[in-house]
Amino acid sequence: MLANYGYKDGSGDFFITIDTDKCNGCGKCIPACPAGVLELITDESDPFRELPVAAVTEAHRKKIKYSCASCKTTTKEAILPCLKACVYTAISHSW
Amino acid sequence: MAKEFWRWKEYNWKDDSKDWKQAKIITAGVDVGSVSSKVAIMTDGELYAYSLMRTGSDSSESAHKSLNGALENTGLTLDKIHYVVGTGYGRVNVPFAKRAITEIACHARGANFIWGSTVKTVLDMGGQDCKAIKCDEKGKVTAFLMNDKCAAGTGRGMEVFADLLSVPIEQMGDLSLSVDKEPDPVSSTCVVFAKSEALGLLRQGWSKEKVLAAYCSAMAHRVFTLLEKVAVEKDFVITGGIAKNIGVVKRLETELKVKALPMPATFDPQLAGAIGAALFAKALVEKEKK
Repeated sequence: MLANYGYKDGSGDFFITIDTDKCNGCGKCIPACPAGVLELITDESDPFRELPVAAVTEAHRKKIKYSCASCKTTTKEAILPCLKACVYTAISHSW
Repeated sequence: MAKEFWRWKEYNWKDDSKDWKQAKIITAGVDVGSVSSKVAIMTDGELYAYSLMRTGSDSSESAHKSLNGALENTGLTLDKIHYVVGTGYGRVNVPFAKRAITEIACHARGANFIWGSTVKTVLDMGGQDCKAIKCDEKGKVTAFLMNDKCAAGTGRGMEVFADLLSVPIEQMGDLSLSVDKEPDPVSSTCVVFAKSEALGLLRQGWSKEKVLAAYCSAMAHRVFTLLEKVAVEKDFVITGGIAKNIGVVKRLETELKVKALPMPATFDPQLAGAIGAALFAKALVEKEKK
């Protein structure tokens, strides 16, 4: 399942997508994020899943553009810490 | 007291042809939304009774009220129900629910039950947010996208407009379609901005119908951009309260160039989440037995 967390407003699209089929709940992305955007949860959207899954915390969902701003440098080659931490490539950003 | 144009009708329903005493598994889904609370009671995976009530300031009280509504005249009591699943905004505040599941999963499951396995895209237009959901033939979610940052494009926004224009909420859709020419949409980023913009238009001499048309198309456009992101696949269905607003549905269909499956007469699209929750409850009972 592609879980999109974030929003769309007049200034653009700001979504962090977690591919829950790729995520195995290892939790390595959580300390990797300097803004504390991610957390491990029991997947409430899939009641039969037994593994935990990464998600964007409720508090950051509506301001994700600002939460992620410090990692979004102008150099395009820069790899975001959350993406780097996830060897399963389960995390992606829409902006 | 002034007439409350936004106030939609609360009601309950029960299938008199069924007898819960004959049922092996009785489950309930409780969907406490931001605006309305729904309870669906299912006997062996079939819809037996439901209720649709207004959510008050207290989620658990609203859940109780809605449950009592659904149980009315059935002789059924809470202790006879094998499993209760809570869903919706207030899902963690349903004291008698054994489990909470997001409304995303429940709407997909519910839509799968109501319209059948051909449903691939579900748009839930709720009281305070809208969700675009993709699912497979089993009703399992494959992708979702939610917009709950503001109330424009939702039921709450419709209520605000019903009051502003003094039009009963049930008639808004039809009335908005009675314009000769489609006006430009109003602001779609914020319901408060949209309201002040609409008020300005009324003062300029726009008719109610025209303002309504402008608002409905703004709402349709807003959810269109959301749906665009998940890429709509047929069959497409709409759940939630706004599914009953033909003015928004028609305009959205035009913009999407995809028709939504018509809502079955025997179901209320607002109940999809509660039905989905009751179905999950049944699956959980079966899983426990194994």
